[in-house]
Amino acid sequence: MNREKVIFAFFIVLALTLNFGFFVGDIDNPEHHDVLELFLALVVSLICTVLKFGDRSHLGALMLATSLVADLQLIIAAGIWGYGEHIAATGMDPRVMASVVSFAGGALLANITSVILLMVETVLIRR
Amino acid sequence: MYDILYVLLRRLRAPLITLIVVYAVSIFGLVLIPGQDDQGNVWHMSYFHAFYFVSFMGSTIGFGEIPYAFTDAQRMWTLCTIYACVVAWLYGIGTTLAVFQDSGFTRLLRLRRFVNHVRSLTEPFYLICGYGVTGSNLARELTERNVRVVVVDIDQDRIDELELDGLRIPVPAFCGDASLPDILDHAGLQLPNCAGVLALTNSDKVNLAISIASKVLKPKRIAISRSESDITTANLASFGTDLIVDPFRSYAEYVALAAHSPHRHLVFDWLMNPEHRNLASVYRHAKGRWIICGFGRFGSNISRELKQEDTEVTIIDPDRKNIRGLPGAVLGVGTEAVTLQQAGVEEAVGIVAGTANDADNLSIIMTARELNPKLITVVRQNLSANDLVFENSRCDFIMQPGQIIATRIMAQLKTPLLSEFLDQLMLQDEVWAHTLLNRMNATVGEEPLESRSVCIGTKEAPAVLEKLQEGTEIKLIALLKNPHYRKETLHCFPLMMRRGDEVKLLPGELTELQEGDDILFCGRKGALDRMAWTAFNYNTLHYVLTGNDATQSRLQRWLQGSDTK
Repeated sequence: MNREKVIFAFFIVLALTLNFGFFVGDIDNPEHHDVLELFLALVVSLICTVLKFGDRSHLGALMLATSLVADLQLIIAAGIWGYGEHIAATGMDPRVMASVVSFAGGALLANITSVILLMVETVLIRR
Repeated sequence: MYDILYVLLRRLRAPLITLIVVYAVSIFGLVLIPGQDDQGNVWHMSYFHAFYFVSFMGSTIGFGEIPYAFTDAQRMWTLCTIYACVVAWLYGIGTTLAVFQDSGFTRLLRLRRFVNHVRSLTEPFYLICGYGVTGSNLARELTERNVRVVVVDIDQDRIDELELDGLRIPVPAFCGDASLPDILDHAGLQLPNCAGVLALTNSDKVNLAISIASKVLKPKRIAISRSESDITTANLASFGTDLIVDPFRSYAEYVALAAHSPHRHLVFDWLMNPEHRNLASVYRHAKGRWIICGFGRFGSNISRELKQEDTEVTIIDPDRKNIRGLPGAVLGVGTEAVTLQQAGVEEAVGIVAGTANDADNLSIIMTARELNPKLITVVRQNLSANDLVFENSRCDFIMQPGQIIATRIMAQLKTPLLSEFLDQLMLQDEVWAHTLLNRMNATVGEEPLESRSVCIGTKEAPAVLEKLQEGTEIKLIALLKNPHYRKETLHCFPLMMRRGDEVKLLPGELTELQEGDDILFCGRKGALDRMAWTAFNYNTLHYVLTGNDATQSRLQRWLQGSDTK
C-alpha cells in the first residue's frame, strides 16, 4: 500500500463528496445548503490542486486542469455567497442561492471528472 | 520548456498545503467561536468576516477586531492562529527563495534564458565552442564587424569573463559541455541562421564531436576545428571539415617561413593582420644554424619545419629522454650562459625559446641576446596574463598559438579566397613575393592593408551582372576606377581571380569579367568599399564605364535600348 496514493485519492474523493453534499437539495432553498460544506469543499479542492502540482504526465496535466476548474467554480460560488449574505440589499434571496448552487454544481462535474481520471489511472497501472 | 514551472510548483507543494490548512483552520475556528455584538448579544462570525479577518491577521497587517470587539475566547484563538500564519508564510517564502538559489534551478533558468536568446537571433550567427584565447579573439573580431556569435564553454569562469569583456553586441553564452549534442542544439546548431560552427576547445575529442555533429546535421555549413594531433586532423578532414588549424604546426610553419623566405612571410603577415609592419622590417634572410630550447610540441614542430628547408638545428632540452638520438643536442634548460655557449649561440642566427614556462623563455632570450645581439629571437608565451612583459621584450616573434589561429580563422570567415591565395603564395618564389610587396606598399603606404573578395553574382555585384546581361563587355579595370571621378584609379588591385576551377594570380586589368568569377582584391579599406559600391550600383557602374550618368528607371533604360536598335 502506498501512503502517498492513499492521501491523494482521499483528498480527491473528499472534494467530490463535500461538493456533492453542498449541491444536493432544492436549488434555491438556503435551508438545504450548508455554507460550512461550501467552505470545506473549497479548502479541500485547493489542497487537491496543490497535490496535483508537478506531475508531468498527460494524465497528471488533465487532473490538474479539472482541479483548477473546480477551484474556479467554487471560488465564484463563494464570492456570490458573500455578496448575497453581506452586500446585496435583498439579502440571501432564492435567486442568489440558485446561482451559488449552480456554480457548485459545475464544480461537482469537474470533481467527478477528476475522480474518473483517478480511476482510469488506477486501472492503467495493473499491479 | 515548462520544466521551470513544474520544478517550482513541485518544490512549493508542501508550503502551499501548509498555508491552505492553516488558513482554513483559522477561519473555521473563528466561525465556531461565539462572539458578542455591540449590544451584548451572541453573535457568530460569518465565513466572509472570518476570511477577511484572517487575511489581514495572517499577513500581520492588523486592522483591529472587526466588526465587533472580540471576546476573550476569540482573542485566545487569534493568538494561536497569528503565530501559525506567520510561521506558514515564513515557510512558504523561505522555500521559494531556496528554490531560486538552488544551483540546479538557476542552471535551468540560465539555460532557458540562453535558449530564448539564441532563438530570438534573426541574423546569421557563428557558434563558438570554447572561449579561450582563440575563441575570445574571434568573438571580439566578429562582434566588431557586427556579426552575431553564440558562445559555449565548459568553464563558468570564462563565461563570466565574456560578460566583463564588453563586446559591442550582446553575445548569448552558456556554460556547458559542447561535446553533448543537446547542448549544441540549445546553442542553435539546428537553426537555419547558424552560419558556421567553430570548434576551438582545448580537447581534440570535443572538437571532433562538435565538427561531426555539425557536419552530420548540415553538411554544407562551415565547420572549423582546432586540432593538436595529426590523427585528429586526418579524422576531421575525412568528413569534410572546412578548415582545420593546428596551433603548434601553423605557428611553426609561420616561424619557419620567416626564417627562410622573409618576403613571402611579410606578404602573409600583411594579408593576415591589417596592422602590419612596414616594408623595411623584412627579416634579413640569414642562412645558418638555429637553436631550439624546449623540444615539446612546439619545439619539435619548428625543428621539423626548419629541417625541411635544410636549416641546421641544435636542440636544448632538460629531459634526457627527449634528446636521445638527436645529434649535437645539449642537455639543460637554456637559461644559463654555459648551456647556450655549449650549443654554439655565438655562431647561430636564431633562437627559439619554446619551453612551457614563461619566465624561463624570457630568461633564455635575454641571456642569448647578451651573448649574440644579432640573433633572431622567437619566444613562446604561455599565459596571456604576461602580455605586458612580452610586449616589451623586443623579441622578433612572440608565439601565441591562440592568436595565430584566430587570425587564420578570421581570414577564412572573411574571405575564403584569401586562404587559397596564401596556399598559392607558398608555391611562388621570393622574387615574385618581393615584387608583390613593393606593389602593395605603393598602393597602401602606411595604411592598413585590407582584402576583400567579390563574386560576380546577384548578391555582391548585381550591377556588373546586369551590364553583362545587357551585352556590355566589362574589364577588370572598370571596378578599379574611382566612382566619383573615373579618370582616377582606386588604391587597390586584384590579387587573384577564380573562374570555375581555374585560378589566376594577379590577373591583368584588361581581363574581361564573366558571371560567377570570384575575385580577391587588396588595398586601402576606403578604396575597397568604393570598388564594392561600383560593383553593386548600376548607375555608378554606368558612369565608370561610359562617363555619363545612367538614366534612372528600368523603363527608360529599355526605351533607350530599343531606340538605338
